[in-house]
Amino acid sequence: MKFLCLECDEVMAFAERDLPGDGTLTAIFTCGACGREMALLTNPMETRLVTSLGVEIGGRTVPEQPFQQTRTNLDEPREDAFAEMVPRTEPGEAGGGDTLARPPSGVTWSAEATERLGRVPTFVRGMVKRIYAEYARERDIGLVTPDVMDRARNDLGLEGM
Amino acid sequence: MREANGPAGAGSDDARRKKPRRYADVAGPTVSGILEQVNQQRERLEARLASVGAVVAVASGKGGVGKSAVTANLAVTLARRGARVGVVDADLNGPSQGHMLGLLGKRLGDGADGVEPPEGVAGIRAVSTELLLAEGMPVRWRGPQTDRFVWQGITEATALREFLSDVVWGELDYLLVDIPPGTDKIGRFLDLVPAPDQLLMVTVPSRVASAVVRRSAAEVREARVACVALVVNMSGYAGEGGGATLPLFSGAGVADLARSLDLDLWAEIPFDPVFGEATDRGEPPGADGSSAVARALHDLAERVEHAPGGRKAKP
Repeated sequence: MKFLCLECDEVMAFAERDLPGDGTLTAIFTCGACGREMALLTNPMETRLVTSLGVEIGGRTVPEQPFQQTRTNLDEPREDAFAEMVPRTEPGEAGGGDTLARPPSGVTWSAEATERLGRVPTFVRGMVKRIYAEYARERDIGLVTPDVMDRARNDLGLEGM
Repeated sequence: MREANGPAGAGSDDARRKKPRRYADVAGPTVSGILEQVNQQRERLEARLASVGAVVAVASGKGGVGKSAVTANLAVTLARRGARVGVVDADLNGPSQGHMLGLLGKRLGDGADGVEPPEGVAGIRAVSTELLLAEGMPVRWRGPQTDRFVWQGITEATALREFLSDVVWGELDYLLVDIPPGTDKIGRFLDLVPAPDQLLMVTVPSRVASAVVRRSAAEVREARVACVALVVNMSGYAGEGGGATLPLFSGAGVADLARSLDLDLWAEIPFDPVFGEATDRGEPPGADGSSAVARALHDLAERVEHAPGGRKAKP
């Protein structure tokens, strides 16, 4: 999908995405030559069609998580289907280099954020935790607080997380 | 001819506007990033399957011919012959590998690098929607309840992709994929894995089932799958005592059926109620014992091992 500014014959660049929580999506594109902006607005069915592909219009903001689409979209799941894996070692340590999962290093969680995370259904909790941690790590945020979680939700369009 | 909204005669602006470049004329990546993300998904899938010796799809097109039981018992047979085996239950809406491989109640490991599959009977690692759903619940996807036909098929294709690419399979000799009924489902799988090493077409010796399998075989041939073979399930009735196998279906014999479908016949597996019951309760016997079913599965495993990608195949 490409958007062409007819006036300038320039490909418009992705600028911003907004998921207000009602299933609709707004994606804003701008023309680098004349600065003109345009918004792509999709209804819930159109939004779902795109997200079903496991993609985000404008590119991913955080890496796709394992089983992300299945876990996000499956209705009435078995709540205890997943067990969070405990990292054995950090990369570079003796015995490291295994394929076991480990959360992004250098991020800690406040008590309030931990409590809030505990209310996330276990079916998606591990995935949600990694998304928040990745968000914090990419912005050099050392402590995940409820405020950081709110910002991540807004920035990443994490409805229901 | 360009189409424009607006009343007749309002096209004067259009007439002055120069003709826009077409998609192919505009160089560079997409601004939506969709194509690039889909390509990345494909690369991730290929990377994940790189550690798998052979992908063996078990398909039919027709329902009720015993694909899942064949898959589970072949997996057990191969594992007991020393192979490292994984199973993907691609039948998202009618899953059964959780039951058949003794996985019910087991949990999947949740890691950043992927999902660790639980181990079932004979150390087989498997994923199935049976492990993800609350007891007795059907597969239903969240989303707008109108026009579900628009997105539901894509959602299920994505779930199948995640089953293949997001699981930490590790080093496997065989990854068996239990394909659901429907010729289109074979095509959907081949979109994701265009070149499985082997594809086993399962049928029963009935005219109706064979007619559907014929269509599936045509689909597979068009996709140029290198190794396609026929497995005739319920080829007869193997009652207690190991006596003669009795016919279950009238019509053409198994050999004629294979000839008419132009497929190599790799196994004739008779129906044995004891065997079926054991498989249903999560203890698939595989080639254990000396029953006619066990002998057939032994022969089938041998064929798989010597075919492309198999552990005993010539390089």
